[in-house]
Amino acid sequence: MRNARQAPALLVALTALVALFMIAPIALSVMAGLVNNYSLGLKSGLTLRWLGEVWENYGGTVGWSLVLALLCVLGNLVLGVPCAYALARSRSRWARLFEELLTLPVAVPGLASALALILAYGTLQGFRQSFAFILVGHMVFTLPFMVRTVGSAFQKNELRSLEEAARSLGASFAQRFLGVLVPAVLPAIVAGSLMVFTLSVGEFNLTWMLHTPLTRTLPVGLADSYASMRIEIGSAYTLVFLIVILPVLWGLQAIGTFIEKHHGT
Amino acid sequence: MGHGGSAPSRPVLLACAAPAVAFFAAFWLLPVALLLALPAAKGWATYFAVLTHARYLQSLLQTLGLSLAVTLATLVLGALVGITLARQRFHGRALLLSLLTLPLSFPGVIVGFFMILLGGRQGLVADLSEALGAGRTTFAYGLTGLFLAYLYFSLPRAIATYTAAAGSMDAQLEEAARSLGASRWRVARDVWVPELAATTLACGAIVFATAMGAFGTAFTLSAKFEVLPITIYNEFTNYANFALAASLSITLGLITWLALWVSRRVSGTTAF
Repeated sequence: MRNARQAPALLVALTALVALFMIAPIALSVMAGLVNNYSLGLKSGLTLRWLGEVWENYGGTVGWSLVLALLCVLGNLVLGVPCAYALARSRSRWARLFEELLTLPVAVPGLASALALILAYGTLQGFRQSFAFILVGHMVFTLPFMVRTVGSAFQKNELRSLEEAARSLGASFAQRFLGVLVPAVLPAIVAGSLMVFTLSVGEFNLTWMLHTPLTRTLPVGLADSYASMRIEIGSAYTLVFLIVILPVLWGLQAIGTFIEKHHGT
Repeated sequence: MGHGGSAPSRPVLLACAAPAVAFFAAFWLLPVALLLALPAAKGWATYFAVLTHARYLQSLLQTLGLSLAVTLATLVLGALVGITLARQRFHGRALLLSLLTLPLSFPGVIVGFFMILLGGRQGLVADLSEALGAGRTTFAYGLTGLFLAYLYFSLPRAIATYTAAAGSMDAQLEEAARSLGASRWRVARDVWVPELAATTLACGAIVFATAMGAFGTAFTLSAKFEVLPITIYNEFTNYANFALAASLSITLGLITWLALWVSRRVSGTTAF
C-alpha cells in the first residue's frame, strides 16, 4: 500500500530540479551580497562592507516600508472590518455590486490603478509628494483581501445566533460589535492583516509609479539599486530584504497560528 | 430597533459600510473613471490604438503569448511537483515546502534580479558555459530570461495550491482504479485530472493574470522583449502620452479581469 502511493523516480527527479531552480538564486544572492568581489567569488573573501553601504544609502526605505505596511493594516482594520460585516449581513443588490467593484483593483494591473490615481490627484502637490499617496494606493489594492477574509468569517451561522443572543440581553450595537463579533472573527482578522502586511511590504507595480525621490519604499529602492549599482550592492540589498522582512513575516505568522489555536472554534 | 430576525438595521449597516465606500469611491472609482474617459479626449480611435498600431499590437500579442506559455508551464510543473510533494514523506519536507513558497512574498524586482544573477553577463550560467568551453551564454534580458523569471514567481503559488489539493484527494478512488488494473496513465487521466480540474482553472487564471500585469520583473530585466506593462510605462513616463497609456491600461485591465471572471464563473471558486 505504501509503495503504491509513492511517486515515480522521474517525478522525484523533476521535483528536485524545480527545487534547485527555486532555491539556487536565493543562495546565489546571499553569497553575492557577502563577498568582496562577485566576479572572483568566495575566493575574494567575505565582507559586510556592501551591507553597510546599502544600509547607509537605503536604510530609510526599510523603516518606511514597515511603517507603511503597518498603517495599511490599521487602515484596513478601520475601514475593512466594519465593511466586511455590512456586506456579510446586507441582502441588498447594492451591497453585491460594491463587493464586486471592490475586488477590481486586484484584477486590474497595479500600473493602471497607479496611473488613475496620478491622473486624479497628481496635481495636489502636498498629497502627491507624501507617503500618504503610496499608502492610499496600497490600501485600495489590499482592502478586498481584508474584506473577503473577514467577511466570510462574519457569515457563519453560529455568529448570527451569538449576535442575536447578545442583542436579546440588551447589548447595544457597539457593545455587540466590539465585545462579541470582533473577538469571534479574530483569527480571520489576523489572517487578513497578515496578508495585507505581506502584500504591502512587497508591492512594487503601484508603488514605482506613485513614489517620488523622497518617498521610497524597499522594493522601489531595490529596483533603483539593481538599475544603477554593482551586483554586490544589489545582492546585499536583497539580503537586507531577506533578513529584515522575512523574520517579521515569520513572527507575524507565528502570532497568527497562536491566536488561531487559542481562539479557534 | 423595531424589527425581527437577526439582521441589523439598515442605518447601522450603512454606517458600517460608509467609510470603506467613501474611501473606495474617492481613491479608485473616481480615478479609474477619469482614466476611462481620458482616451476619448484624443478621439475615439485612441481606445483602439492597441489594435490599429502595429507596435502596440505586437507588444500585446507578445505579452499574451508569454503569459499563456508561462501559465501552461507553471500548471504542468506545479501539478507534478505538488502531487509528488503531497505523497512523498521525507525528512525536511516541511522545510522544503516553505522554501518553495518563500518567493510568494518577494517583490517582482527581486525575481528579475535573480535572473540577472543566473543568466546575466556575470551570471552563473555564463560562468558554467565558459568553463565548459561554450563561451559566455547570457539569457537574462531576452525572452528566455522573462519566461524563467515569470515561471519563478508563478511556481510557488501553483506548487502550494496543488500540494494542498493533492493532499486532500480521495485516495480510495485511486486504490479502486488501481485494483481494477488501471495503468498509471489511466489513473492520472481518469482520477487526477478531473479531481484537480477546478484547482487548475482557478490557479491558471491567477497565474495568467499576474503574468499579464507583471511590471517589476520586466522592469528590472529592462527587456529587449517588450511586454505591455513596459509599453504603458514608457508611453507614460518617457513620451508623456497619457491618453495612450490610459488606453493600453484599459486593454490590459480588461484582459486580466476577464480571465479571473471566467474562472470564477466556471469553477465557482474565488480566484485570489
